[in-house]
Amino acid sequence: MSPSADPRWSEAFSHLPDYLGSHVRVSVSALALGLLISLPLAIVARNRPVLRTALLGLASIVQTVPGLALLALFYPLLLALAAVTAAWLGFSFSAFGFLPAVLALALYSMLPVLRNTITGLSGVDPAVLEAAQGVGMTPQQSLTMVELPLALPVMMAGIRTAAVWVIGTATLSTPIGQTSLGNYIFAGLQTQNWVFVLFGCFAAAVLALVVDQLLALIENGLRNRSSIRTALGGLGIAALIAATLVPAIARPHARYVVGAKTFTEQYVLSALIAQRLQAAELSATIRAGLGSNVIFDALASGDIDVYVDYSGTLWANQFHHTDIRPRAELLSELKTTLAKQNITLFGELGFENAYALVIPRKRADELGIHSVADLASHAATMSIAGDYEFFSRPEWAGIQKAYGLTFRAQRQMQPDFMYAAVASGEVDVIAGYTSDGLIAKYDLVALADDRHAIPPYDAIVLLSPKRRDDEAFEAALRPLLGRIDIAEMREANLRASGNDASSSPDAVARWLWEKIGIR
Amino acid sequence: MPATPLIAYAHVGKSFDDGRVVAVDDVSLDVAEGEFLAVVGGSGSGKTTLLRLANRLIEADRGRIAVEGEDVSRIDPILLRRRIGYVFQSGGLFPHLTVAGNIGITPKLLGWPPAEISARVDELLDLVRLDRSQYRDRLPHELSGGQRQRVGVARALAAKPRIVLMDEPFGALDPLTRDALGDDYRTLHRELGLTTVMITHDMTEALLLADRVAVMHGGRLLAQGTPADLSASTDAYVGELLRTPRRQAERLGALLPRDGAA
Repeated sequence: MSPSADPRWSEAFSHLPDYLGSHVRVSVSALALGLLISLPLAIVARNRPVLRTALLGLASIVQTVPGLALLALFYPLLLALAAVTAAWLGFSFSAFGFLPAVLALALYSMLPVLRNTITGLSGVDPAVLEAAQGVGMTPQQSLTMVELPLALPVMMAGIRTAAVWVIGTATLSTPIGQTSLGNYIFAGLQTQNWVFVLFGCFAAAVLALVVDQLLALIENGLRNRSSIRTALGGLGIAALIAATLVPAIARPHARYVVGAKTFTEQYVLSALIAQRLQAAELSATIRAGLGSNVIFDALASGDIDVYVDYSGTLWANQFHHTDIRPRAELLSELKTTLAKQNITLFGELGFENAYALVIPRKRADELGIHSVADLASHAATMSIAGDYEFFSRPEWAGIQKAYGLTFRAQRQMQPDFMYAAVASGEVDVIAGYTSDGLIAKYDLVALADDRHAIPPYDAIVLLSPKRRDDEAFEAALRPLLGRIDIAEMREANLRASGNDASSSPDAVARWLWEKIGIR
Repeated sequence: MPATPLIAYAHVGKSFDDGRVVAVDDVSLDVAEGEFLAVVGGSGSGKTTLLRLANRLIEADRGRIAVEGEDVSRIDPILLRRRIGYVFQSGGLFPHLTVAGNIGITPKLLGWPPAEISARVDELLDLVRLDRSQYRDRLPHELSGGQRQRVGVARALAAKPRIVLMDEPFGALDPLTRDALGDDYRTLHRELGLTTVMITHDMTEALLLADRVAVMHGGRLLAQGTPADLSASTDAYVGELLRTPRRQAERLGALLPRDGAA
């Protein structure tokens, strides 16, 4: 199939105005804020060695924090701050998406700007400074008429570096709810849609290159005192910003925001929910790829309106329970707890996506392992792999305790690669998900949890406080409740993890609706 | 000599590094209106410090300095500098400003209207013998050393100062350029009625250009006076400084026939 005929390319292109516009918006804001903070700081610090060392040190430390972590840190920080301002000053703000992304990226942009501004200013020939004083300039005039113009090319080089860093790192703002070109990359990685991954990487690289070259033109113009080049570069930057911002402003604002975490099933379900809302003529948009620590708070604060979570996850992670209750009891308890926060537990979708210890069927038959209890005697010689959070979750401690399991080694893996790893024998056991389509694809079995160490994980639809009593909204979503069984979800997930044209979350969601809607 | 000198140093002292380095030690020196004074000394003699004390690029520790009869410590240093022309060692031009921008800087700081600054720039380019149309919009790096120093002189004169301070202005130039520039400046000094203090380490240059020469050594003023006064000095260091120009003059007199082409 030629690339042009592959509908994934046209789907990727259809998102471009939104993703690119948001990406440019957040990058430009972050860079502007970064400059606004860094430039005065650099000017103040240039003649103060102690302050200068402290600032550069601090900026260097910020630089060593991985971009993803820095972005993720700002979310709870702002959330706490918003709670404080709400309590004391009577106003609150959204700690989701744009604001934390801008703040974190602005911090990220500071080092090159600070360093180059200080270097540029201290590189001005002392004889020229003396001349500035000698002709009767005040220190202020010397700074604005002589030092800054002379340092400008070096400062510009720093701004250029900062711009490229910010544009690159902005792709990581997707998990905290800021739409960016990273949406392609996160969605593509999760659903094995390599077209999206390539498209996202390529778009971000092209944007960074174009901005870099335009800023280089300005820098070159400043260095050679060519106002034509400087003006051309400036015009280019302005045109780029305008071109990416206009479609975003012109686009009508969607009323309902559907959230999704960072794995395949969530992409499919959010697409399904958005399709149902659109079918009911409610405009909807998807915020996909949200970190699981971010998404619940985003719902509670009304930044998203609906998403699908899992009862056991909320029970253990959000409400920090360590005991495990029967399914119905856990659900009703959750419903009461959530209601206290004005969050509506709207209902179950009908399937469960629980953690399960998974091994290849062939191996299970050979060793006679059919339940987790059977695994206990073999565990000491086996290795286990799980997703990034599994081994720090209470369920893992619960399983180990209930069955007395100790493995030879444990590894963390990208969820999509675990199944292939256990099928190929690279690891012996994985902590997989019961609704994952890859279990069937690789002929694996989920081991029975006879001692109920793993809590139930019913897929449940949560509605934000601001959508309470929204009849139209609830009516659009009601047909989904209790309709998706585990077999259908597994097949949908399997389809979505394929690498072809019919595997986009949208296409799979349409398929799923056809399967469940006609019953 | 008029009653009030235009620049008057009285028992002035300046030291650096918490008193460890004495740059100027109890110097008293008057510069009369219209006078061209050269201050001669080796490096570390304190001559540059003495010059900078006059427009408060450096603040004196002791003594009193008066410019046009006013105690400089009572004048805003910024305003003081704007009314005294200053020529820097190798031009000290602002590399990002054109010739016109450099020359017009002090008038601009003083808030002159742009048209007036522009006219003044043209006038000064004529004075320092640089072609207006050719040099007005050039940047300093597009000029030769001599041209840069001409622009430096024009900049010092831009705001019509009565006093011009020159810090080794011709030191870095080749001998021919240096000679031409010295002569041209000497003419300007006379025609504009300036009062000039020039720092130099070259006694020959000092003798040829200045009305009076002051000799600095180790922060102290050893001697001052006309060339004739100096040659009568009994000071050993002054004698040593004068020996070179004397010997050069004798040898040149012997080498060059009197009735040459010049």
